[in-house]
Amino acid sequence: MQIIPLFVAIPLGAAFFIPMVGRKNPRLSDTLANFTTLALFIMALSVIGKATEVYWMGGWVPRLGIPIGINLVLDGVSIFMLVTITLISFLVTLYSIQYMDKFTSKARFYSLFLLMVAGMNGVALTGDLFNLYVFLEIASISSYALVAFGGQHEELEASFKYLVLGSVASTLILLGIAITYAMTGTLNMAQVSTVIGGNFQPIHLFTIALFIAGFGLKAALVPFHAWLPDAHPSAPAPISAMLSGVLIKTLGVYALARVLLNIFGMTPLTSYMLLILGTISMVVGVLLCMGQDDLKRFLAYSSISQIGYIVLGFGLGTRLGIAAALFHLINHAVFKSLLFLNSGAVEYGTGTRDLNKLGGLKDKMPVTTATSIIGSMSIAGIPPLSGFWSKLFIIIACVQAERYGFAAWAAGVSVLTLAAYLRLLRRTFYGEPGEAQPAAKEVPISMKLSMVALAALCVAMGLLWMPSAQRTFLIPAARVLQEGLTYASSVLGM
Amino acid sequence: MHYALCLALFLVGLYGVMVKRNLIKIVIGLIIMESAVNIFIVMIGYRKDGIAPIMSKVMDPSVFLARSVDPVPQALVLTAIVIGLGVTAMTVAIALRLYEKYGTYDIKEIRNLKG
Repeated sequence: MQIIPLFVAIPLGAAFFIPMVGRKNPRLSDTLANFTTLALFIMALSVIGKATEVYWMGGWVPRLGIPIGINLVLDGVSIFMLVTITLISFLVTLYSIQYMDKFTSKARFYSLFLLMVAGMNGVALTGDLFNLYVFLEIASISSYALVAFGGQHEELEASFKYLVLGSVASTLILLGIAITYAMTGTLNMAQVSTVIGGNFQPIHLFTIALFIAGFGLKAALVPFHAWLPDAHPSAPAPISAMLSGVLIKTLGVYALARVLLNIFGMTPLTSYMLLILGTISMVVGVLLCMGQDDLKRFLAYSSISQIGYIVLGFGLGTRLGIAAALFHLINHAVFKSLLFLNSGAVEYGTGTRDLNKLGGLKDKMPVTTATSIIGSMSIAGIPPLSGFWSKLFIIIACVQAERYGFAAWAAGVSVLTLAAYLRLLRRTFYGEPGEAQPAAKEVPISMKLSMVALAALCVAMGLLWMPSAQRTFLIPAARVLQEGLTYASSVLGM
Repeated sequence: MHYALCLALFLVGLYGVMVKRNLIKIVIGLIIMESAVNIFIVMIGYRKDGIAPIMSKVMDPSVFLARSVDPVPQALVLTAIVIGLGVTAMTVAIALRLYEKYGTYDIKEIRNLKG
């Protein structure tokens, strides 16, 4: 039994099945959705450490070394992304059991959610450019619908904005793919990279610019970020966690890294573009986040800043830089989803997320407070939490690549992040009790469980840099991206 | 020449999305952009005096290769059109819901969020 296509087939099937059986019985849809995401997570854990495997859909294996069908590739980076996606999606579905009770059509929620997971798993696995676009659209369309899930004024407005910018991004990506096909006559990523073979021509620059604009829009890099601070806060909290935690990384950062590093190959120019975009996002994101009065908008701007770190790491192009970027990617997925789930808990407990009305919640909501502190300190880079290690390694990688200026920016932004998060903690959980404090209540068990699990991961994730974990998980992933054009030979088996 | 016209169409769509203030006009801009890209994909596979890419038993493979158009872009464009249809339906649905809530299609008046 091949495991690779199941990563897409299982959530796709469950997305179809849940609304049929779960309409009348919400508990049944809870069980099914949680079971599906847990199964996916276990499957993702089971493939860690495996060598590169290629699955040819429909049995269309390459003839004479020329691929004629669509392939799914399970290599280091794909495994890394699958683990990140399925881990967060499992904890988010666990949280949704009780959080989503206030919405009426839970079965439809799970259906859209699993559709999004199927799309993201597909993006992580695919080895075909057009197939990448199809999966990207599956994930995007379900995320547009999920942002609008509340159906109120702000949700609809945010969703429309997200949809329009997201479609422009998809169109740019499709145009880039079409030009790539016109240049090389193939859509298979491995074969495209063999045909291009690292020879850099002016038309490639145009294609790369299209890909950077398209995937940059999906990843909400500054200056393409305008939709994110509206879309992420308007979605229900579990979806915000999913969007900020994994969607922008899979659809934006991962896809961009795959296309630039494995297909076109890193050139000094693209490396410099990524470094600049990363640094701008890092700085602008944290500066905008400092003035926010809405809890979730604050977190959304902070996501832009942290995405900047990841792109900066990829831009360095060295193995340490890429490994550090991937390390920060999974760390950010964990602590940003934790913080968004916390914001959902605050909203659930008090009915508001306006920082002016909050304050002094630490006695009423002890679990939420404790997990928020861990999450905030991790994102701000306080040792020994996970965020500290990944930021440290990104800065070390900058120094090692002799990019001292970028290292200084990364360190400076980290200080600003700490300041911003201290202000957030003071205004929600400590300080003067706000007007929403008397009625506050702690959240129910499934929400607590998923927040505590994520907080424990924030502490434990630092261990990923231990030599044995690093060797099986992080380094194989970084190697695939860093060795760039050897991707083709490992996929086509030449 | 054809490619320049295609690019012009794409830019018309982009202009509509970026500049227009009416929700429906934005949707139309998106559709125009999509069509421009679809036309571009079809043109990649075009060959003057080409034949349909259907191989029959009596046909000589080398003649077939020399004359048939490229079938891959046609398959791609079908998929792209279907995806575009899904996105358009979604956009129109949200635009209609926005009209129900706000009673207007003007994005200047739909401004709760700061951006």
